[in-house]
Amino acid sequence: MSRAPSNILDRPLGGRGRNSSTETAVSQSAFAYLYSELVQYHQSRVASISELERRLESSGYGIGLKVLELLSYRSRESKRETRLMNILQFVSANVWKSLFGKPADSLERSIDHADEFMIVDYEPLTSTYVSVPSDLGQLSVDSFLSGIVAGVLDGAGFSARVTAHSVTLEEGEAGYGSSNSSLPPRKDKAVFLVKFSPEVLKRDTGLER
Amino acid sequence: MSSSQVLLFVIVGKNEPLYEAEFHKAGTAGSSDSVTRQNYFVLHSALDLVEKAAWTTNQMYLKVVDKVNQQQVSTFLTAGNIKFMLLHGGRSEDSIKSFFSDVYELYVKLSMNPFYRYDTPITSKSFDTRVRAVARRYLA
Repeated sequence: MSRAPSNILDRPLGGRGRNSSTETAVSQSAFAYLYSELVQYHQSRVASISELERRLESSGYGIGLKVLELLSYRSRESKRETRLMNILQFVSANVWKSLFGKPADSLERSIDHADEFMIVDYEPLTSTYVSVPSDLGQLSVDSFLSGIVAGVLDGAGFSARVTAHSVTLEEGEAGYGSSNSSLPPRKDKAVFLVKFSPEVLKRDTGLER
Repeated sequence: MSSSQVLLFVIVGKNEPLYEAEFHKAGTAGSSDSVTRQNYFVLHSALDLVEKAAWTTNQMYLKVVDKVNQQQVSTFLTAGNIKFMLLHGGRSEDSIKSFFSDVYELYVKLSMNPFYRYDTPITSKSFDTRVRAVARRYLA
C-alpha cells in the first residue's frame, strides 16, 4: 500500500498520452465528496454569501496558476499566449479539456462591453451534486471554477475578474450528452463572466497594430 | 579576471527575485564582491528590456536581450511570466536553451507542490542541488 517517498522533483510530469488517462484520472465521486467537504468547511466560517464565494474563488486561484504552468509544459510547444483571444481559447479548450475531459461548451463576447467575455458550461463538475437551499439565494458554488479561470488568466498576465452565474436554460438548449442520467436534468447552465482590467485591453489593442 | 568564468542565474517573479545562483568553473575561486554586485546590477537592469520583449513574441525562449561589455543576458519566460535570466560571457545558444528547458521542467515540478505558492522565493534545497547539476552539465 505504501510506496517509498520520492522527491517531487524526481517524479515524471506525464502528458503526451503516456498512460495519462489512467494515471491522472480521479473518480468523480471522490472529487464530489472532497468538494462538498471544502464547501462545508468554508460555509461554517463565513457570515455572508459573497464571503463564501470569495473563499471558494481563492481556493481555486492557486490551482489555476499551477494548471497554467503544467499544461503549457505538457503541450511541449515552448510558446506562451500573448493575445487576449488566444488565452481565452486556451482556457476554454485546453484547461477545460484537461480538468473536465471536454472543452467548454461555448466562448462568447459580450455585446455591451468590449472587455467582457463569457465561458459557458452546461454541466460544471462542481455543482452537479450540489443543491443550493433557497435561503442562500444567489450563491454559485462554481465560484471555485471561476477562481481557477482567474488564476490562469492572472498568471499569464491578463488580470481579470471572473464571476460565476447560473443562468436558466432556454427552451431547447441542449444539455446534450448529459453524462449522468441518474440525476434529474439540470435546469440551468453555468456562465463564467470574465471582465478584463482596462490595461490588459489597452495592451492587447496596442499589439494589434 | 575574466567574467565569462562566472555565470549568474536568477529567477525573477513579478516583484522580486525568487532564486539566485552563481556558477563558476570547477577549480576557480568564487568572484569578488564587486564583480558579484556588478553582475547583479547588469542582470536586473536588463529586466526592463525583458518586459518590452515579452509581449512582442509568443516564444518562451527570448535569446539574448541585453549586451553589456563582454557579457550577455539571455532570458526564458514561462507560461506564468516568470523570468529565468542568465548572465554569461557568450555560451552557445543550444547549451543555454537546453539549460533553460531543464530548469523549466524543474520549476514546473516544483510548482506542482501544493505548498509552494506561485511568485514566492524558492527555498527548496533539492531544487538548488538539481539546478546546479543541470548547470554543470550544460554550462561547464
